[in-house]
Amino acid sequence: MHPFLTPINRFGLYLLAWSPLAAILTYLMAGPGKLGWFRSAILIIPLCLVYQFVCLSAWYSCKAAPIQRSTLLRLALTHVTAAAIISFLWVEAARLLAYVLSRLPSLQGLDEQFAPQVPVLFGAGFLLYLLSVAFHYLILALEESREAQSRALETSILAREAELKALKAQVNPHFLFNSLNSISALTSVDPAKARKMCILLAEFLRMTLGLGEKTSIPLSEELSLLHHYLAIEAVRFGSRLQFKEEIQEHAKNFLLPPLLLQPLVENAVNHGIAHSMEGGVVRLAVHCHGGRLSVGIENTFDPESTPFRKRGLGLANVRRRLEARYPNESTMNVTSEDDRFRVELSWPAELEEVKA
Amino acid sequence: MPEKKIGALIVDDEELARHVLRELLASHPEIQVLAECANGFEAVKAVAEHKPELIFLDVQMPKLTGFDVLELIGTDAAVIFVTAYDQYAMRAFDVHAVDYLLKPVGRERFEAALARAKTHMGGKIPPAQELAAAARAPQQHLERVVVKDGTRVTLIPVSKLDYAESQDDYVALATQGKKHLKQQTIASLEAGLDPALFVRIHRSYIVNLERVVRIEPYGKDSRLAILTDGTRLPVSRAGYARLKSLLDERG
Repeated sequence: MHPFLTPINRFGLYLLAWSPLAAILTYLMAGPGKLGWFRSAILIIPLCLVYQFVCLSAWYSCKAAPIQRSTLLRLALTHVTAAAIISFLWVEAARLLAYVLSRLPSLQGLDEQFAPQVPVLFGAGFLLYLLSVAFHYLILALEESREAQSRALETSILAREAELKALKAQVNPHFLFNSLNSISALTSVDPAKARKMCILLAEFLRMTLGLGEKTSIPLSEELSLLHHYLAIEAVRFGSRLQFKEEIQEHAKNFLLPPLLLQPLVENAVNHGIAHSMEGGVVRLAVHCHGGRLSVGIENTFDPESTPFRKRGLGLANVRRRLEARYPNESTMNVTSEDDRFRVELSWPAELEEVKA
Repeated sequence: MPEKKIGALIVDDEELARHVLRELLASHPEIQVLAECANGFEAVKAVAEHKPELIFLDVQMPKLTGFDVLELIGTDAAVIFVTAYDQYAMRAFDVHAVDYLLKPVGRERFEAALARAKTHMGGKIPPAQELAAAARAPQQHLERVVVKDGTRVTLIPVSKLDYAESQDDYVALATQGKKHLKQQTIASLEAGLDPALFVRIHRSYIVNLERVVRIEPYGKDSRLAILTDGTRLPVSRAGYARLKSLLDERG
């Protein structure tokens, strides 16, 4: 569909833009010849009314000959020829109109007075058509760039969503295999405990599977996931793993992106406990004040130990997810001093998912 | 006196993981578990003490990994690595045809590994450094160097390593005014270090770039690197070119 015809106000604007053109043309026709102001206007106004629609046809030739993919010669030939033909037809129509009008008693002799002005009208028609061509090319280019922009935006949004999805579904295979190994050991040592651990692991996996679909979950759900995770790791590490938590009761209803804290707790266990021979303490604290939820996850670690796996990636993922969810409203601080590693997060406390 | 038993060592930081191996070994009266170790330090000590012929060695352990342990104990015993999931370690084992078990460990796989270990007992396994290098994730460099002094194990974080000097079959690692000798070639040490931080300035020297204060000319075509603690190290012409390009990169 022609871009000028669809939104009605844009069409109106187009018509309005033609009034000064019509006025100038009237002046040109009236000026040097014997045609007076009145007679010129009577002739030119209906001509312009018709011609403004004729000029819209440039849209189709512009689309047929895209400026980037056509040679300059072809462009010039196409449009100049079209301009000449259309302008010629217009002038012929003007002659006819002048002849018809001159039949009226009050406008006698109009056709004769108009005859010397024919080249002026032809020139004007020619230029107006080319102007319209240029204008349409401009519109096409604008549309294209706007389209490219929205396409780029769309792909970046899609990419981010895919990325976030990938980040969420990250149950560490190391954790899984080690847990299975513990279960395998327990089957002969303590079958009841083996069964309990199977159930814990199944529940943990079920929860992580379900969470991938959601954008937010209440803190209480994430905590339940963490407790499952820690209960499984406690079987592996025995007394080496100590967990302390301090959760404000009313903070448990607030929302957070699912599996946001789990990788941090997993990091704390891997670096604080698995890498220390004596083990250590993992602390989790959640508070809510001033409309913000703040979470602190801390672990002790052996400063002399060097990790076999870097924790940078996990932290960067959490940071990206938090920023994607609460742009400019979230904070994340990572500090490491002496034998303590601490991650602090905060974001606006939300109770219910805001529907966009 | 019954026939001689095969002495074995189980090294894993998780009690339950050790239990699985102990249980699997229970049906093999010809194998005697000499000791169980919960970490690499104990393992190094136990190896010196018991001289086992067979070692089950966990890869991921605190402080000293399985590779570190292997590096420190040499390769006299048959070693079967045990790992939960480590794509790089598994690839390294495959490449060097070292036997390994994946957790959870199943009976059949265990028997196969044991049978293979018995036939290969006394056979050579590749140098631990090669194995460890192959097991490192791409683009990952050494973070510390392990050194053994008798049964004492020292960990030197690479940031505290001032320089390394080649001495025949050993390298002397200089850190905080002390020197530790380690049986390794300087080339294999160089391969593991981050080339952005360490540079081979001479056939016999690798230096920590952070420690270099200035370079002085010394005779024809040769220079001296002066370190923060005043140590002077020779710089060869090729070494100077490497040093210069590295310093230029840093601006």
